[in-house]
Amino acid sequence: MASIIAFGGYVPRRRLQREAAVAALSWFNAGLSAHARGERAIAGWDEDTVTMAVEAARDCLPEDRRSVIRKLILASTSLPYADRQNAGIVKEALNLSDDVGALDVTGSQRAGTSALIAALESAAGGSEVLCLASERRKAKVASEAELTYGDAAAAILVGPGAGLAELVGHHSHTVDFADHFRASDRCLDYEWEGRWVRDEGYAKIMPTAIAEALAKFNVSADAIDRFIMAAPIRGIDKSVAKAAGIGADAVGDNLQDRLGTAGCAQPLILLAHALEKAAPSELLLVASFGQGCDVLLFRVTDAIGARAANMGVSGWLDRRKAEDSYIRHLHFTGALTLDGGMRAEADQRTPPSMLYRHRRSLLSLVGGRCTKTGTIQFPKSDISVAQNERAIGTQEEYPLAERRARIASFTADSLVYTPDPPGCYGLIEFEGGGRMTVDFTDVDPDTLEIGQPMRMMFRLKRHDVERGFKHYFWKAVPDYRAAT
Amino acid sequence: MASGIKDRVAILGMGCSRFGERWDMDASGLMVEAFLEAIEDAGIDVTQIDAAWLGVGLDTASIGPSGVPLSVALRLPNIPCTKVENYCASGTESFRGAVYAVASGACDIALAMGVEKLKDTGYGGLPARPRGAFPDATLANSTAPGQFAQIASAYGAKHGVKRDDLKRAIAHVSVKSHANGAKNPKAHLRKPITEEQAMNAPMIAEPLGLFDCCGVSDGAACVIVTTPEIARRLGKTDLVTVKALQVAASNGWEAEGSGWDGSYFHTTRIAAARAYKEAGITDPRKDISLTEVHDCFSITELVTMEDLGLSDEGRAVYDVMDGKFDADGAIPCQIDGGLKCFGHPIGASGIRMIYENYLQLLGRAGERQRATPPVNALSHNLGGFPNLNVCAVAIVGMN
Repeated sequence: MASIIAFGGYVPRRRLQREAAVAALSWFNAGLSAHARGERAIAGWDEDTVTMAVEAARDCLPEDRRSVIRKLILASTSLPYADRQNAGIVKEALNLSDDVGALDVTGSQRAGTSALIAALESAAGGSEVLCLASERRKAKVASEAELTYGDAAAAILVGPGAGLAELVGHHSHTVDFADHFRASDRCLDYEWEGRWVRDEGYAKIMPTAIAEALAKFNVSADAIDRFIMAAPIRGIDKSVAKAAGIGADAVGDNLQDRLGTAGCAQPLILLAHALEKAAPSELLLVASFGQGCDVLLFRVTDAIGARAANMGVSGWLDRRKAEDSYIRHLHFTGALTLDGGMRAEADQRTPPSMLYRHRRSLLSLVGGRCTKTGTIQFPKSDISVAQNERAIGTQEEYPLAERRARIASFTADSLVYTPDPPGCYGLIEFEGGGRMTVDFTDVDPDTLEIGQPMRMMFRLKRHDVERGFKHYFWKAVPDYRAAT
Repeated sequence: MASGIKDRVAILGMGCSRFGERWDMDASGLMVEAFLEAIEDAGIDVTQIDAAWLGVGLDTASIGPSGVPLSVALRLPNIPCTKVENYCASGTESFRGAVYAVASGACDIALAMGVEKLKDTGYGGLPARPRGAFPDATLANSTAPGQFAQIASAYGAKHGVKRDDLKRAIAHVSVKSHANGAKNPKAHLRKPITEEQAMNAPMIAEPLGLFDCCGVSDGAACVIVTTPEIARRLGKTDLVTVKALQVAASNGWEAEGSGWDGSYFHTTRIAAARAYKEAGITDPRKDISLTEVHDCFSITELVTMEDLGLSDEGRAVYDVMDGKFDADGAIPCQIDGGLKCFGHPIGASGIRMIYENYLQLLGRAGERQRATPPVNALSHNLGGFPNLNVCAVAIVGMN
C-alpha cells in the first residue's frame, strides 16, 4: 500500500491581471478578450521551477520531518537546466543528506502525474519519496497561452502505509497525440488548432483512459467524489467528467481564474488544493492529459483531519499582489529586453568550483555555531567571529534557512541593477542568533521597517546569461506566517 | 605597547591635482599634476626621494597593477615603489607606507601618491565589478549608496530620529559641503545648493538622494614626508608633523557576529581611540579643531561625528543642525568641500584630506582659510561597507 503522507504548494506572489494584458494586446488580437477574466500567477524574475519546487517542498514538510525522504522526483517541462540535475539543486536547498536519490521527470504535460506514479510505486516498495512538480512555461507574446498559463509548484510526499490519502490505483494510457510540441532546440511551444485538440484529444482520449482505469480499479464513475483535472481549455474538465460518467458536482475549482494552468504541475497543485478540504473516505480521481492520460485514484483517510497546518495552495493564493504592468511581465519572462544600463552588463561569471566548495553555505544556508562560545554566524568559518573568544575549529553546522528573522537595517536602492528595481536589502537578525546582509524579495519598498519579521526563501541570485548559468542563494521575504 | 610615531615624521611638501571630470588626462597626468606641486613645496629634487607608495582603489579601472605606473609617470630614480589597496582608505594607506618608512629610519624622504581615474569607466557612480570569490556569492546585490543608506534606517530607529528629521540633518551636511566646495578652485562640484534642493533630489538609495552622495571624480594627491630634523635642515621652519596614524580593519564581527546594531562604524571608534592615544589627546572636542572625514555619503559624515567623539551618541543630528561642523562652527568638517564636493577619486581621497589639513595648519588655504589656524587637524578615511571596512585616522598638527 502507498499513501500521500503530506502535501504542499507554492504560488508566486504576483498575479498578472489578464485585463491589463488584453488591454495592451487587443489592438493586435481582439480575440484575446475572451481570456480577459481573472488573473494568472507569474513568477518573479528571481524564480524558476527549481526555486518554486523548493518552496512547495518546504510547505509540504517542515525541516524536522525531511529526514524521512529517501528520494526526490522533480517533474517539469520548464526546468532551468537541460543537463545538471535540477532535483539535485532542490535537494541541496532542502538540506537533505547526500544519501538520497534524485530524478528529473520531463517531456510531457503528464510529467507531474507520471512522477507521482513513479513515486507511489517506490513507496509501495517501502520508500518515502517527495514528488515535486513545478512549472514556469514560456508562451508566445500575445498568444492565448500567455494568458492561460500560470506559474506554480506542488509537493506530495508519498510513503508506505496509511497516510492522509491512500492510493486505490493508477493507470496510464499512451498515444502520440501532438496537440503541441517543443523541439529540444526551441524555447517556445508550437500549437495545433484548438478545436482538434479539444474534440479529438481531451474529449476522446481522457474518457477512454478514465474508463479503463475505473474498470481496473473496480470503481464506478458515480462513486468519484472529486474529479481533479487541469483545464487549459475553458470548461474542458466538466466535459471530460461528463463523458466519463462522473457527476458534475465532483468537478472542483480548477484555479484557472486565480492561478492559470501550471502545465504538468497543475494536476498535483489541484490535488494538493483538494486535499486541503477533503473529508475522510472521499474518492479523489486525478487525471492528466499529454500524449495520453494518467489516472490516479485516492481514498482519503481519517488522518486528514489531524494533518499539520501549512500555507497550502490556498494560503499561497491569498498571499498575492496584483500586477497591472504587462510590460513587467514581458520583462520578467525575458520576452522583452529593457535597457538596464552599464550596470546590467557586469560580468556574472561564477566559478562552479567555488560554488561546490561552499554549497552548504550557498545552497543550504547552513551557518556555523561555535561549540565553545555558542556564537552563531554566517558563513561558518575556521575561526569563530566571537569578539571575546576567537576559538579555532570549534564550529558545528547550524542551519538558518528555516529560522525567522527581523530587519535591523534596510534600504531601497535605485542605483543597483536589478530586473525589478529598486533593489531592496538590509541586515537581518535571525531568531536565536546569526545575521546577514541579504537581498529582500517580494517586498514593497515603502513598507519596509526596522523590526519587520522576515523569512528566508531560495531564489535566483543572478543569471549569467552569457554562459547560461543560474546562481541561486537565499533572500529574505516578509514573513508570510508572522501571524501564526 | 608601542610608543607610536608622534612627531617623528614631518610633511615636507604636498600637492593635489584639480579634481573633477578630467577628460583631459589619464592617471599619469593627474599624478604628475599633484607631484609637481608637492615637490616644489618640498623644495627637493626627485633624486632625494628614497621610496614611494601608490594608493589606488580600483586598479583595473584606473591604472593597472603594481607600483610601476607611479615610477613611470614621475620618472622616479628606480627606487622602491609599492602599490597599496585598501578600499577607499587606500590614500591614507599609501601615506602610512611612506610615514612608517621614515619613522623606522629606513628612509630619509618618502613619497605617497593617491590617484584614481574613475571617469573612464563609463559609470555615473562607482563601477560594478566582477564577482567570483565566495564572499561575493553571499553579498546582497548592492551599491555603495545602498550599503551606506542602511546606516540611516538603523540610526533613526536606535535614536528615535524620524526619517524626515534625519533627512533634513543630512541635507544640512551636504549644503554645508557645497558652500565650502564653492570656495575651492580645485573642487569638482562648486555650486552651492539649498536644503530644499537636497531634500527633493532624485532618490538614489532610500533615504539618500542625489545630493547625499559624493562626487565621483578623477584626481590625484601627493605627499612627501621626512623627519623633522631633515625638514629643518632643508630650511623648513613651520613644521606640520604626524601626531597619529591609525588603521582599523573589520574582522567580520559587524557582518557576521552579533552585537553591532548597524547604526555606527565600529572601526572608526577603534581607530579614533588609538589615534587619540597616540597623539596624547584626551578631549578631542578641545584638541581637534578641524576635520576632514570620509563623507562618501551625508549620513556617513553625520554618524562619524559621533564615532570620532565630536558629538555625543544620538546627538549629531542636533549638532549638525546647530552648525557645529559648518565652516564657521566650532569644529569645521570638510572645509574644502569634502568627498561631497572636492570629489572622491578613491585612492587620492585620504591624501587630499591631509592636504587640506596641511594647508589650513600653515594658513595657506586661501579664501576658505580659518581665521585662527587649527592646532590639530584630523582626517578620517573609510573604505568598504559599513559592516566590513577599513578605517584610517590621521592627525596632523603644528610642531
